[in-house]
Amino acid sequence: MSLLSVKHLSVTFDTPDGDVNAVESISFDVLPGECLGIVGESGSGKSQTFMAAMGLLTGNGHASGSVQLNGREILNLPAKQLNLIRGDDIGMIFQDPLTALTPHLKIGQQMAEVLNVHRHMTGAQAQALCLNWLERVRIPDAKSRLTQYPHELSGGMRQRVMIAMAMLCEPKLLIADEPTTALDVTVQADVLDLIAALQQEQNMAVVLITHDMGVVARMCDRVQVMRNGAFVESGLVEDIFANPGHDYTKRLLDAMPRIDTDSSRVLDANANVILDAIDVKVHFPINISGGLFGRKIPLRAVDGVSFKLHEGETLGIVGESGCGKSTLARSVLRLIEPTDGVVSWLGTDLTALDKRTMIQARKDLQIVFQDPFASLDPRMTIADSIAEPLRTFRSDMSNRERRDAVKDMMQHVGLEPTMINRYPHELSGGQNQRVGIARAMINRPKLIICDEAVSALDVSIQAQIIALLKELQAEFGTALLFISHDLSVVREISDRIMVVYLGRVVELAEAGELCTSPKHPYTQALISAVPIPDPIVERSRKRIKLTGDLASPLDPTAALRFLPSKLAAGELDYNPKLLETTPGHFVAEHD
Amino acid sequence: MFAYTIKRLLIAVPTILMLVVACFFLMHAAPGGPFTSERPLPPAVLANIEARYGLDQPLWKQLWDYLTNIVLYFDFGPSFKFKDRDVNDVIAQGFPISLTYGFLSFLVATIVGLSLGIAAAIRHNTWIDYLAVGLGIAAQALPNFVMGPILILVFTLWLGWLPGGGWNGGQWPYLIMPVIALSTSYMGSIARLTRSSMLEVLNSNFIRTARAKGLSDRSIIWRHALKPTLMPVVTYLGPVFVYVLTGSVFVDIYFSTGGLGQAYVGSALSRDYAILLGVTILYGALTVAVSLIIDLAYAWLDPKIRY
Repeated sequence: MSLLSVKHLSVTFDTPDGDVNAVESISFDVLPGECLGIVGESGSGKSQTFMAAMGLLTGNGHASGSVQLNGREILNLPAKQLNLIRGDDIGMIFQDPLTALTPHLKIGQQMAEVLNVHRHMTGAQAQALCLNWLERVRIPDAKSRLTQYPHELSGGMRQRVMIAMAMLCEPKLLIADEPTTALDVTVQADVLDLIAALQQEQNMAVVLITHDMGVVARMCDRVQVMRNGAFVESGLVEDIFANPGHDYTKRLLDAMPRIDTDSSRVLDANANVILDAIDVKVHFPINISGGLFGRKIPLRAVDGVSFKLHEGETLGIVGESGCGKSTLARSVLRLIEPTDGVVSWLGTDLTALDKRTMIQARKDLQIVFQDPFASLDPRMTIADSIAEPLRTFRSDMSNRERRDAVKDMMQHVGLEPTMINRYPHELSGGQNQRVGIARAMINRPKLIICDEAVSALDVSIQAQIIALLKELQAEFGTALLFISHDLSVVREISDRIMVVYLGRVVELAEAGELCTSPKHPYTQALISAVPIPDPIVERSRKRIKLTGDLASPLDPTAALRFLPSKLAAGELDYNPKLLETTPGHFVAEHD
Repeated sequence: MFAYTIKRLLIAVPTILMLVVACFFLMHAAPGGPFTSERPLPPAVLANIEARYGLDQPLWKQLWDYLTNIVLYFDFGPSFKFKDRDVNDVIAQGFPISLTYGFLSFLVATIVGLSLGIAAAIRHNTWIDYLAVGLGIAAQALPNFVMGPILILVFTLWLGWLPGGGWNGGQWPYLIMPVIALSTSYMGSIARLTRSSMLEVLNSNFIRTARAKGLSDRSIIWRHALKPTLMPVVTYLGPVFVYVLTGSVFVDIYFSTGGLGQAYVGSALSRDYAILLGVTILYGALTVAVSLIIDLAYAWLDPKIRY
């Protein structure tokens, strides 16, 4: 008998533009103890399905149909009766652990109120059980966490707290809505392992709502593929990955970049070096409270990074959040002034240029940002945005020539020239990112920096944008600095990859070599944590784990994270060197 | 937090000093003086009077004497207009009155405003919401110099329930109308601000988490939603607190309460430098103190803020 049985569930929202059908008459079952994956891109209705089942729709949402928990109808029950189920029989965890916890209540208080409501437990008894669960989700130093506030914990720890809180009443069903999307890949791997272990231990059913096929391959027994509010395909995870029946599933699987596929190309070995960064440092002074006036200590966001970029080459820069990869990119363009170091562009030192000559140099140095919508001026038509670099650098062009150039560029990036008078809010995320790329490309720059340029996009759109970047690169011979937290995407597009950890390069090598034979322990851990969208491969892989939490970039000894021998020897200001182990493969010193 | 408070109090000293100096020179830059009148005094008499009050001295000397008297003797000087009364007397008489009805108005505006706003947000898009929003807008639109005469017309002249003015030691029948007149428009603003703030909070992710935990509506609102709701409201309450004390000149005039507002405006018109500066310093110090309290309140509402 199924644990949760959903029949003909529909969800509609009243909006000023009329009714929107988010979910249309879907039916499925969740069996006891299984892990069911619900996969779909943004707007497919995958989250709203479960929000409706749990009575958590926003005020303008309506659900109809039937949702039965152990044979009992729970859809549209009054809040009083639903409250007996929510948090007790069914636990939920959400995507963003930063905003999903109440900011002004201590962890212990937030957890204990669940026990208070469902088990009438209070005081020391409740605290003891909370502590027990915090330990079971493997939070280091669990006891002191009870009296901490959410903002005092890291993202991974906050998600563990969410899980512990959902587990307090040992639910029969855990609904996990994109539980790892906001987390770094190594943290994601830990959290997924934890959920899988708890599922086994408690014989609990898990519904995993995600857009990431790799996560599904790692975790799920069965999968339902959802699109536009309806299921297009469902079945056992092995079958779906091996023989996807529906076109959409096929496209989704094809669009997923894989870290174990080779997509390398042959580069001209004699290409000139166009960008040469030597020992670039960016330090931010951080206020530390204490004493009457506080004091400042430097945060070493980028701490001595050197690399070369050749004509027409793509260098991928990978690292987890807070490692300084975006700061590095911006300091190369002097959008953030580097504290120290030389950025040599075609032989001239950019850091020595005055404002006027720097602006001239920017003609060949362009950047595409992460959030396509926020990085375009909402009050300018897309054609105006694309034309702006021409206005700045090509004042010799007439209006007609400029308009023709814009239309031509729009066609290159796959935008209809008829969209010339549209505004960013009228376009989708993928289309806006094409506008961002067209704007960066219009002067045929020699270098484009892509700062997480595809991270905010759905997988299928992401694949299109990557293909576009590759095409444009082949056509115009542009060099790319491609920055991303996602190693699979970086491998797909890069010729060489540089791995950054706390503002320092730990490994730099040709893309295929770095992914197949990583030498630095951090790179090894990173690569082993990236899920591969193939259940058979994924489940046979060995995880390499790093012990301990991410060090703080404020810690002056952070550079010695992988050199404990120097730390033990008391050489606290030792700088790990980047050694060339085989030609073109650089690895930072480690123990 | 202690170090922060000390630091803020230390910064307050130069702040208030700058306020005094700026006011001093602005006041003296305005044409006329305390003893100019329609019928000019004989020059010899004027010179005598000015010498008695030290107005014949150079400006910097006057300012220096004024400041040293405050620091050494806490003496804000004699009034130029009221003979035998100095500034300390004027403030001692008027300030308790302003403080009484001002503080009561502040309490009424805050309590009623918050209640209306919260009720409207909880019952979003129901008749309670519409009623609260309607009341809020109406209250906000009515300035206190319109409220005053209307209240007197209705409750004194037509119904005869309440005395039309006077203070009488602050007995409650004399307090009701001043407090209502002063608090209404602030109450309206607070209600609307609270409503929109709470609606935003109720749509946030942590409220969804709280609902998913099976908590009752009551616990969600009071334990989880209230503190974040108060953040923007508290920002607004600080200036309101100072306004209800300074903006009470209308109340003083309509209800003859004899508070400091009337004395303050009067002193500006008659160039009574001493009273004007004295009351300015008082309000300045009050503003500094209230903004410190507001900043400390932030730390209580949001644990992310640490001083």
